[in-house]
Amino acid sequence: MTHDVNAHRPSRLPSAKCCAWSLLWALILLPAFAWAQDAATQAMSVEYRDIPGLGSRNVIWIVAQQHLLLAGFVLGVPIFAWVCELVGWKSGEARYDNLAKEFTKLLTSAYATTALFGGILLFLLIGLYPKLMAYLSDIFFPSFLAYCMLFLMETAVLYLYWYGWDVMQGRKKWIHLTLGFLLNLFALGIMIVPNSWATFQASPVVVGDGTAIERAWAATWNPTWWPVNIHRLIANVVLGGFICGAYAGIRYLLAASRAERDHYDWMGYVGNFIGVFGMLPLPFAGYWLMREIYQYNQQMGITLMGGFLAWLFILQAMLIGVLFLGANYYFWMGITYRIPGSEQRYRRPILAMLIVLMVCLGVWMTPHSLVASLEEARKMGGTHHPLLGVFGVMSAKMTVANLMILVTFMSFIMYWRAGKQETAAWAKIAKSVMGALLVVAGIAVVVLGVWGYFVPAIIRINYFSVAQVLIVLFIMLTFTPLTAVLMKSAKVTTAMVWGQMPVRSAYCLVSNAVMVVLLMSLMGYARSSSRVHWHIYGVMRDTSEYAYSPALGYAAAFMSLNTFVFCLLAAFIFWVATMGDKAKQGPAQGARADTPTGMPGMAPAVAGGAPTGARTGTPTGTRTHE
Amino acid sequence: MTMKNPLAKTAVLLAGMYVFLTWILPLFTAPLPASLIYLYLALTVAAAAIFYTMSGAGLDDFMGPIGRFLTGEGHAGATGTARLVVFALFPLLVGWQTYAKLAPSDMPPAENRTIHPAPPGEFVGLANPFPRTPGNIATGQGLYAAYCSPCHGGNFDGKGPASVGFNPPPANFSDPGTIAQLQESYLFWRIKKGGVGLPVEGMPWKSAMPRWEKELTDERIWKIIMGEYAGAGQSPRTWEEEE
Repeated sequence: MTHDVNAHRPSRLPSAKCCAWSLLWALILLPAFAWAQDAATQAMSVEYRDIPGLGSRNVIWIVAQQHLLLAGFVLGVPIFAWVCELVGWKSGEARYDNLAKEFTKLLTSAYATTALFGGILLFLLIGLYPKLMAYLSDIFFPSFLAYCMLFLMETAVLYLYWYGWDVMQGRKKWIHLTLGFLLNLFALGIMIVPNSWATFQASPVVVGDGTAIERAWAATWNPTWWPVNIHRLIANVVLGGFICGAYAGIRYLLAASRAERDHYDWMGYVGNFIGVFGMLPLPFAGYWLMREIYQYNQQMGITLMGGFLAWLFILQAMLIGVLFLGANYYFWMGITYRIPGSEQRYRRPILAMLIVLMVCLGVWMTPHSLVASLEEARKMGGTHHPLLGVFGVMSAKMTVANLMILVTFMSFIMYWRAGKQETAAWAKIAKSVMGALLVVAGIAVVVLGVWGYFVPAIIRINYFSVAQVLIVLFIMLTFTPLTAVLMKSAKVTTAMVWGQMPVRSAYCLVSNAVMVVLLMSLMGYARSSSRVHWHIYGVMRDTSEYAYSPALGYAAAFMSLNTFVFCLLAAFIFWVATMGDKAKQGPAQGARADTPTGMPGMAPAVAGGAPTGARTGTPTGTRTHE
Repeated sequence: MTMKNPLAKTAVLLAGMYVFLTWILPLFTAPLPASLIYLYLALTVAAAAIFYTMSGAGLDDFMGPIGRFLTGEGHAGATGTARLVVFALFPLLVGWQTYAKLAPSDMPPAENRTIHPAPPGEFVGLANPFPRTPGNIATGQGLYAAYCSPCHGGNFDGKGPASVGFNPPPANFSDPGTIAQLQESYLFWRIKKGGVGLPVEGMPWKSAMPRWEKELTDERIWKIIMGEYAGAGQSPRTWEEEE
């Protein structure tokens, strides 16, 4: 028995020899364990890493901005691609379906690049800002998982939506439309989940005890989350519309056939329309966001609107002004070129609208504190001009923004009605009522704006500004259906001719896209900079060597760089996306010999002009605008 | 005789705008700084360019003379000589402008001052702890008359007897662009800490505002604020409506 017991012992207890070996190994490995533990402790204590020469903040600035712009495009395009598809399905017009498909083609090629930049951004953030990321991960981990799920779903649906386009036609179209709806639903989720992380950094709330999901939800529901969500959602549509417009503009310049020229002229129009359509409510969303920021934290609000970032809003006014002018210019050129003989008829209304736009822009761009030399400041009695200084405050800005929206909307209505004659018996009355309403609305907006100087700020913010917005919305919501009903029975007096637009119309579309990218880069910087030296405002201080706000000139250079890089990226993506088109066209369709000569000084368009004698040609391939 | 050439019309419009902004408007108010005049002139040029280039014919009318001037087409004799003179003078003009901008001068550069920097955290969200009673307002206005009116004026318009000595001048409280845009806590900070208490944000600072915390108690400062708003006929920015 004893023997048996001892026989089992070695399997349970180490022998002396084994113990000796173990001890030896332990002695050898002990320093290694210690080193590993040191390394782990050291890794845990690293708060920042840097990229020498470039600077961590600069790298993050560029990558984050590129990701955001690409994401804006990728999330904005499905909205109107789906609407276009829906219109095509309801109206039975194949061109809307083709347009929706072309929009989606751009989307699929941009999607992978967006994800790539997202991945790069994540790695860089983990590597360069480990402390911040550890903090955010601790709070938001459940929403990280939700984001991954949404991304997977979005990717799957996008593949099905794109590759199933031709298969799911006819009776299966409803399945495709459902996929389009789901695509937008997941896209919305993909946008609002990361928005919660970024807005928590700007307007953090107290995250109490609770489960991981409860904590994440509490942090998500912060004061600026929904204002940013709404603002970005609309801005993405604007960005997507203008980028698609620019794409159409470039394709229009490069068009080799009449059909192509017609198509891209129309696509450019749709892109511009979508951009304008989104741009109309965007200032309202921006105003709401600023109001929430002010209410959340007075310091942050003042830093943005009255402090060192205030000059950005003068630049913003200039960019928005150029965008409004560009969009209207394109509409007006559309009336002149696409509706032959209408130039003289609409000359006066266009001039009136242009003057109103310019006066409004002048007011919007007038700063509260003027840039003045010592001599000039002495003559003015300070940097506030006694008369024009009143243009510098919010009441004036809100008023002119509303008027510019109103004018742009009327520009669109005029374009819609151009070349048509209303036949409804009540058309005259309806037009008179619309005219009267427009005048009353304009006067009311101005009166409220002037009155706003004489009431407490809270009355202006809560009632007058809201009333101005409601007046403009009322005009838009009543005029649009009324005009639609009028146009339904209207007879076409001058058919709209596509493919006739001059070269500068395409440049105008490209300029609009560049302006909107620049604008988003500008306001992205403003939003991020408003946190000043905080990673998470008032909670986690930035203790890196970059805990200072860069000078505005330096920031402006980065915004320009970001815009340039994004334009390069977009050009590359679209070039890749359309590479296959040329191969599919074949020599007969793609040949320049097919190009008609009847173009107004623009064939071959990209060269900047054709002989003026080419103007006399009669355009073929006309379409009636609907 | 009506003017047909869009370019000539634009030139006349531009000249008219310049005359109006530089000489006529200052007859009724203070002169405008050059930055604002150039901004409005740029908008005028943009408006003309947009309007005249909406159609092909308009573009030719607007740009045609410029193109012909540059290429020399149709410019013979005296106009040809004038063209060459312009070509010779233009670089000189650019050179002179460059020299004028870069040459050393004893004039300080144009101001780009941040008027309203963000207040420090400890002043954010403070509310006036004293009720807005006639008695408190009267006390505040009395204190204002004693401590503030020499600079900010008895009429709250920034035109006190000492105001002429300051550049920039003291704030005009009756202007809806000053205290009416701010919360009471902001004024409390500015009065208490004065010019020397301003943050580095937006330096360099130019403010002769005394640091009143040495002379005035918090209670007095709050009452002065109340008196200022009442006297200037303004209301502070709030997030709640007063009942």
